[in-house]
Amino acid sequence: MRPIGENMFGEILEGLRKAIELIISVDPTVVQITLRSIYISGTATLLSVLWSLPFGITIGLRRFPGKNFVKSIFNALIGVPTVALGLVVYLILSKQGLLGSLHLLYSPLAIMFGQALLITPIMVSFIASAVEAVDPQIIDLAKTLGASELEASVAVLNESKDGVLLAIISGFNRAIAELGIALMLGGSIVGWTRVLTTTIALETGRGNLTIAIALSIILLLIVSAVSTLTNLIRRRR
Amino acid sequence: MTPLLNIKNVTMQYGTTAALDHVNLKIEKGEFFTILGPNGAGKTTLLKTLACIDKPTKGELYIDDVKIVDRNRSHFRKKITMVFQRNVLFSTSVYNNIAYGLKLRKCSKKEISERIKNILRLVKLEGYEKRPASRLSGGEKQRVSLARALVLDTKLLLLDEPTANLDPENVSIIEEAVTHVNQESNTTVVMSTHNMFQAKRITGKAALLLRGKITEVGTITDIFQSPSERLAAFARLENVFSGTSEILEEGTSVVDIGNGLWVEASIMKLGKTQILVRPEDIILSRKPLSSSARNVFKGRIVGITDLGPIVKLRVDAGKEFAAQITKRSFKEMGLNVDSDVFLTFKASSVHAV
Repeated sequence: MRPIGENMFGEILEGLRKAIELIISVDPTVVQITLRSIYISGTATLLSVLWSLPFGITIGLRRFPGKNFVKSIFNALIGVPTVALGLVVYLILSKQGLLGSLHLLYSPLAIMFGQALLITPIMVSFIASAVEAVDPQIIDLAKTLGASELEASVAVLNESKDGVLLAIISGFNRAIAELGIALMLGGSIVGWTRVLTTTIALETGRGNLTIAIALSIILLLIVSAVSTLTNLIRRRR
Repeated sequence: MTPLLNIKNVTMQYGTTAALDHVNLKIEKGEFFTILGPNGAGKTTLLKTLACIDKPTKGELYIDDVKIVDRNRSHFRKKITMVFQRNVLFSTSVYNNIAYGLKLRKCSKKEISERIKNILRLVKLEGYEKRPASRLSGGEKQRVSLARALVLDTKLLLLDEPTANLDPENVSIIEEAVTHVNQESNTTVVMSTHNMFQAKRITGKAALLLRGKITEVGTITDIFQSPSERLAAFARLENVFSGTSEILEEGTSVVDIGNGLWVEASIMKLGKTQILVRPEDIILSRKPLSSSARNVFKGRIVGITDLGPIVKLRVDAGKEFAAQITKRSFKEMGLNVDSDVFLTFKASSVHAV
């Protein structure tokens, strides 16, 4: 009898081989799940940008009482457990909840909404830091060259665009890699809300390591490709 | 003639301190106006107020007889530009830096590229368009900052110590470019400096700003011909000596500054005169130096002030001289109060004030 460890190792190797086959052969299920993940988390990121960008810029640019307090709250919220946030949004979207009448639960929209909330602290914190890092004299400089208050703020944003880009990418990576919200708010319904992370969890539980490994590799590839691309863009400037 | 700039009773209050204290000034069109003052006198604050960036706490500012109020402030901002002491550049190419103000003024692409080409020639940075601004040297950066302001061809150009901390080559390129636009385009220039030698090189009017107050206004020649105690104090004009000058055969002068001290100076002046030697131009030695320098005096150290990397010494050589040496030299020479030293300086280091 072979020891369990060796058996397991062989299974993983076999899984890895089959996983690569699945990816190379462009398996339709794998492609569908991957595209859905990118679509849902991408939309969640754009949604979050809508409010995180003005909020982050305001915190970074303006001086107001309690600014440090607000910043530390957002910093603390970066580490919020996805299941805790998932539960809160679940309660809001469930039948008896505040937005229960919208019947959003177990839909892609619910995941988008949940993920957008999840990555808000990371985006706001990073954007605020990026704006704060810009030389404060840029505003005065823009004004000496004829800029209005608004145009001067745009100049600051323009200077912080690398940092803002990094914030958005970090948000996207966090969204696409999280499991709690996708599972609790999406329910992992086949062909509807099943995304990379939920499928990996589900198939691993079922013992289908091949597909779990294949999807994990794809997830890793997406996350590292996005990061590499960002670095390339930043370096080119 | 109405002045271009009329500053009436401008006061800028930060908490309990007044950075500007009832400043009154009139600056005519086409004038080159220098604001002299030590660090912290309020020069930057005054220029930022003139640039319509900061609003004065009290007082009024008129440009072409129009009072600046909130409503027209951004309109006037487009007619004025300012170059800061510390160069601030957008993190993009030289071209985009200079194009910024032109784009705000809705100039056409063709016009922008033509004007940038011309202005880069003026600041001697031809062909620098595509370079990232962040990779330039300090002097080049400041020249880009200047070009970015000059390209706008505004009525009024404000320069806040534009050449502080730059090497002589960059200083002369910047001074030439600024003088050029002042003379050719009749741009009114207001420049602040704490360097009185720079002010002397530039002709025009000047005001002395001390602790937020204007204490003197006049032509630069007038101000320097009879430097008041205040001016001498501001510029920390050390080594200023009064004496009687005689012209020597070679065309230089020798000035009797009293107590048996005769100073040779490469100036031509007869009669009562005032001379100045910069502390950094004096060489200090333990033994008399045999060199081409015309002035050598023996003295005794009476005071030592540590200024970080530099040490300032007061030396009694019949008259008290201030000399400045590096801390390293100070240590190596083993100097102390009461040490005997020789002071050496060239005739060309003696300036008439």
